[in-house]
Parts: sequence; structure tokens; C-alpha cells
Amino acid sequence: MGFMLAIIRRDLLLVARQPAEMINPLVFFVLVVALFPLGVSPEASLLSQTAAGVIWVAAMLATLLSLELLFKLDHDDGSLEQLLLAPYPSWCLVLAKVFVHWLVSGLPLILISPLIAMMLFLPSDAVPTLMLSLLLGTPTLSLLGAIGAALVTGVRGGGMLLTLLILPLYVPVIIFGASSVAAAALGMPVDGYMALLGAMFVFALMITPWAAGAALKL
Amino acid sequence: MAQFNWRMPRWFHQMGSPKWFYNFGGLLQPWFTLAAFLLLTCGMVWGLAFAPADYQQGNSFRIMYVHVPAAILSQSVFLSMAIAGAIGLIWKMKIAFMVARSCIAIGATFTLIALVTGAIWGKPTWGAYWVWDARLTSTLVLLFLYAGVMALNQAISERQIAGKATAILAIVGTINIPIIKYSVEWWNTLHQSSSFSLTDKPTMPSEMYLPLLLTVLGSYFLFGLVVLTRTRAQILQTQNGASWLMQHKDISGAK
Repeated sequence: MGFMLAIIRRDLLLVARQPAEMINPLVFFVLVVALFPLGVSPEASLLSQTAAGVIWVAAMLATLLSLELLFKLDHDDGSLEQLLLAPYPSWCLVLAKVFVHWLVSGLPLILISPLIAMMLFLPSDAVPTLMLSLLLGTPTLSLLGAIGAALVTGVRGGGMLLTLLILPLYVPVIIFGASSVAAAALGMPVDGYMALLGAMFVFALMITPWAAGAALKL
Repeated sequence: MAQFNWRMPRWFHQMGSPKWFYNFGGLLQPWFTLAAFLLLTCGMVWGLAFAPADYQQGNSFRIMYVHVPAAILSQSVFLSMAIAGAIGLIWKMKIAFMVARSCIAIGATFTLIALVTGAIWGKPTWGAYWVWDARLTSTLVLLFLYAGVMALNQAISERQIAGKATAILAIVGTINIPIIKYSVEWWNTLHQSSSFSLTDKPTMPSEMYLPLLLTVLGSYFLFGLVVLTRTRAQILQTQNGASWLMQHKDISGAK
């Protein structure tokens, strides 16, 4: 636990010294969402129908974009090797780094999502569901992405490869995340979707730190 | 704590020896070739030319004899790849990684064939080449997973590391297999539920069922044949210069 806290403190300190790392995914998220009204149609009725999917896809892409650096900087300056040599299981390291990643890239997305929802004319009844589904879904995205980030660490051109590896695994999260928001917009119950998103989060929490830790040790 | 003491049979560890696998694979190869050729030829000719036409779909159902084996194999190959990868990770067997690597291309091909024949079959029966139905979508995801595995395997030049990385990704990707398998039962899909099983009583007349059984079995032998061939080729590449190989009758030309 002390080891994990130390990693969390260190990574947060690194982010605080390099705030662009935190802001870039957020700007990217807003930009991608802003492209849809311009590209598809600025009509409110059409936008409110597609809002759920657009927000979820944009959140997914923003997460993916920031995941590339999850282990890369530590790998490049050699500190990753030292951290893996420490007498703690590698999943501790992964879990701590994923937690910081979510805090830095996932949480801001959730906080800004009501604004985005308003821009896309999502019915205001659906906004709490949107935030809740993002709250349950984005940690899963960060956890699943950690496997890909660990696998491509040290591979040239890893960013594109990471996208190829991880997007298929994101499919269930986006299906249930987006449909929960769509259901809420229609005034239907969302408990089932939330339960599934929660189950996926717990499942990812159990499996992915182990898999990513094994991948880091290759 | 009780001593955890169990052993795998000897043949299992012998499989890990390149020499042993090369020779054993060489013994199996002609039989697999013969079985795949006979089963696929008989099944296809029987199914495509002689089986009775479907009372609803007419002759268009005959694409089933290509579609169903390809779809079954696309999942079996992924599972085999993950199992081979797990064996490689657990027992540190290089051969297992080679087998997993051999599975990638053939599995992706079967998936592609299943999707394309499914689209062709979908047009006359459903009126659309593609619908975003759970079975179709999860099979498409399977194709993407194969693409990811293939890309990862080729991006890492060090064979041993590439094998381990691929194995981890394949094991993680296995989560999709039960989703594909049960998608027709969990969701209300346009795709019909399974009408082919080795254990249950067939839901179609035997003149339609038996050719399908032959093509499915033939496809398994084809898969085995491809994996044996590709793994043996990889053994030749990686063991280049090894003394057992230089003295082998395949190389030295001695009768």
C-alpha cells in the first residue's frame, strides 16, 4: 500500500509539473465533440439523438490518446525498470498508475460532460445518467487500456498499434455506456445498464492489473 | 501447505522439443492433408450439388456449407491460439508460441470468410448484406482482435517477446468468444440460433446435416494442417544450423 501511495504521489507530482498532459485530452474531447454538429448537422433534434454515442466515442478516443504515455515516459528514462525491480508485485504498480491516469484524464471528462451534453442538446434528464455511466465506464477504459499500453511499451509507433489492440476490447463498454444514456433520454430505466457497467468495471479491476503487469515484465 | 505435485504426461513435454515436434508433425502432415482433402471435397460436392434444396430458402441455403465451418473455425482457432499462448507462458515452451503464431492468419481468414459468406447469404434471406446484430457485431470484433494480434506479433521483432505479448493479448481477447457463442441466445438477434451441434440431435434432415458435418470436420483438419505446416516452417527458420536439423533427412537429402 505504501508503495502504491508513493507511486500515486510521484505520478501526480509529475502531472502537476506538466499540466498540458492533463489539459490536452480534455481539449481533444471538446474538439472532437464540436466537430459533429459541424460535420453532421447542427439541428437540435438530430444532435440530441446522437449525443450519447458521440460523447462516449469522444471520451474513448481521448482516453486512448492519453494512454500511450502511461508507461512510455517511465520506460524511456529507465525508471520503469527500477520500479519493476522493487520487491512489490507488478500489479500494484499498474493499479497505481491507472488510478492516476483516470484521475488526470477520466475525471475531468466526467466533470465537463454536462457542458458537452448541453452543446449537443441532450435532454437534461439524461445528464445524471451520462455522468454516472462515465463514472463507471471510464475507469474500465483506463484499466483495459493499461494492457495495451503495457504491451506496446518500447515498440516503435506504439500509438497506432495501441488503438488497434484496445478498441475491440472497448466495444462492450461503449455499447452499454451509450445505450444507458439513450435509454435515460427516452425516460426508460437504466439500472440494468449500470449494473452491467459496474460488473465490467469489477471484472476489469480483477483481471487487467495482472495482465498488464505480466506484459510490462516482457 | 500440501505440496502441489502433479505432472503433465511425458508427451506433453516432448512436444516442447523442436526436433520432436518437427518429426511428429511430419508424420501427421500427410494424414491431415488426406483427411482435409477427402472430407472437404465430399462434403462440398455433396452439400453444393446433391443435398435437397431448402423448402424456404431454395438453393441459397447452400452457402451454409462454407459459412458454418468458417464461423465455427474462426472461434475455435482463436481459442486454440489463446490456449497455445497460455501453455507457452506457463511452461515456457517456444513451440507453443510458434503454434499460436501459426493460428493468427488462418483464423483471420476463416473469420473473413464467415463474414463475407454471411453477407452474401444475408442479402436474399434478410434483404440486407449487413445488420448491426449481436452475432455479426461480435464476429466483426473478432476480426479486429485477430488484426490486433497480428499487428502486435509483427511489430515486435524479438520472437520470444512477440510470442509472449501475443499470448497475453490472445488470452485477454478470449473474453469475446463466449459473447459470440451465446450472442444468439442472450439477445434477440436476426441471426438464427445454432442449428448445428455434435451432441444434440440435428434440427435438419440428415441429407443436409451430414455434408455439413463433413465440411466442419474437414475444416478442422485443414486448420491442423496449416498449423503443422507453418509451425514446422518456423522451426526450420529458428533452428537453422542446429545439428539435429542439419543431419535430418529433409535437409541432407539422404534417403
